[in-house]
Amino acid sequence: MINTILAEAAAETEHNPIIPIWQEIVLGSIAFIVLVVVLTKFVFPQMEKTFAARVDAIEGGIKRAEAAQAEANELLEQYRAQLAEARTEAARIRDEARADAEGIRQDVLNKAREESDRIISAGREQLAAQRESIVRELRSEVGTLAVDLASKIVGESLADEARSRGTVERFIADLDSAGTTGGRR
Amino acid sequence: MTGQSIVLAADVPFPPSVEDFYLPSILPWAEHDNYWFTKITALVWLSAALIIIFFLVSYRKPQLVPTKKQWFAESIYGFVRNNIAIEMIGPRGVNFAPYLTTLFCFILLNNFWGIVPFVQISPNSHIAFPAFLAVISYVMFIAVGVRQHGVVKYLKTALIPPAPWFILPLLIPIEFFSNFLVRPFSLAVRLFANMFAGHMLLLVFTLGGFAMLNANAWFAPFSVVSWVMTIALTFLEFLVICLQAYVFTVLTASYVQGALADEH
Repeated sequence: MINTILAEAAAETEHNPIIPIWQEIVLGSIAFIVLVVVLTKFVFPQMEKTFAARVDAIEGGIKRAEAAQAEANELLEQYRAQLAEARTEAARIRDEARADAEGIRQDVLNKAREESDRIISAGREQLAAQRESIVRELRSEVGTLAVDLASKIVGESLADEARSRGTVERFIADLDSAGTTGGRR
Repeated sequence: MTGQSIVLAADVPFPPSVEDFYLPSILPWAEHDNYWFTKITALVWLSAALIIIFFLVSYRKPQLVPTKKQWFAESIYGFVRNNIAIEMIGPRGVNFAPYLTTLFCFILLNNFWGIVPFVQISPNSHIAFPAFLAVISYVMFIAVGVRQHGVVKYLKTALIPPAPWFILPLLIPIEFFSNFLVRPFSLAVRLFANMFAGHMLLLVFTLGGFAMLNANAWFAPFSVVSWVMTIALTFLEFLVICLQAYVFTVLTASYVQGALADEH
């Protein structure tokens, strides 16, 4: 009993919990340093890399999306501009076409009018010329006919040729004026 | 006290003593005063191995979209990195995050053995381990300060507070004492004492239950209360375990921050 008490007492004084055991320090240091080396060399830098990559991926994704959005907007603007341009172009073409059509119509109309005028005037001229020639023919014929007729009717040759010619001339002039009014009609 | 313990402890030693923390060695078997391979050192090796294996396995093939394991490993690192390193030290804390995370995991797991069934002793209840961790922190923050400012300027910023000159003779010794003498001891002793006391508490209530039962069969209800207390205290211990690991890491970070800071 006393022995155990002594042993116990001895044992209690044997260890002081505040005094570190050097073997434990050595072993603990080795274990901890191995741990630190492995983790700080192989694990945590990887993690930092992964974090960075993740941030990059997310930010990159956002940036890409933004770029795509911007591009889409730009395209939309471009299409809109093109569409507006096309519309004005179409309107312009339509107007032009309309103007052209109008011009062509006017042209054709003018030409037709000119043509008709030309035809009419040509006809008129021809008519006038014909009439002129007819009148001339008639005039000579009428002169002789009248003289013949008159000589036959009167039965005597007109002695004074000059006087008879004056009478004939006057007659024909009368005829002529009557014929002109008749031609005009 | 010793006599009483022997009277009560026919088969259960009560009250528990400091000797309960110094278990016989495993190799060679049951030898006292041989510390190379004991339960304690085995647990330290096991902790280191488990942490290494866990991180290497869960971070063998890191992916942008993490798996569950990878996410867990990342959130441990992320917790220490963002909530301790960056919060305490600032942007430069990222450089210290790997060490602080290692420190945190090592202390946490070593503490945790204190409440693991069938193990129930934390290596950190031996002051050797908290002591060298504290020494590393001590050397680290001084080295960081010297590298940041140079020896003279670092000593100036660390020792001379912005105060009127006539108080300085009083303040400088106090600053020296608190910054360069007390810090490693307080770090080591805080962790060690918490783990030591936790183990002691669990021992007292567990063994106390048996001791009462042995002393008198009528004490059985008190024994039950005592064992329930053990369970409750185990939960308390869990809190202390996490808290002490956190506190050790935060204090290390704060010392580093103090060393990096320009102003006092």
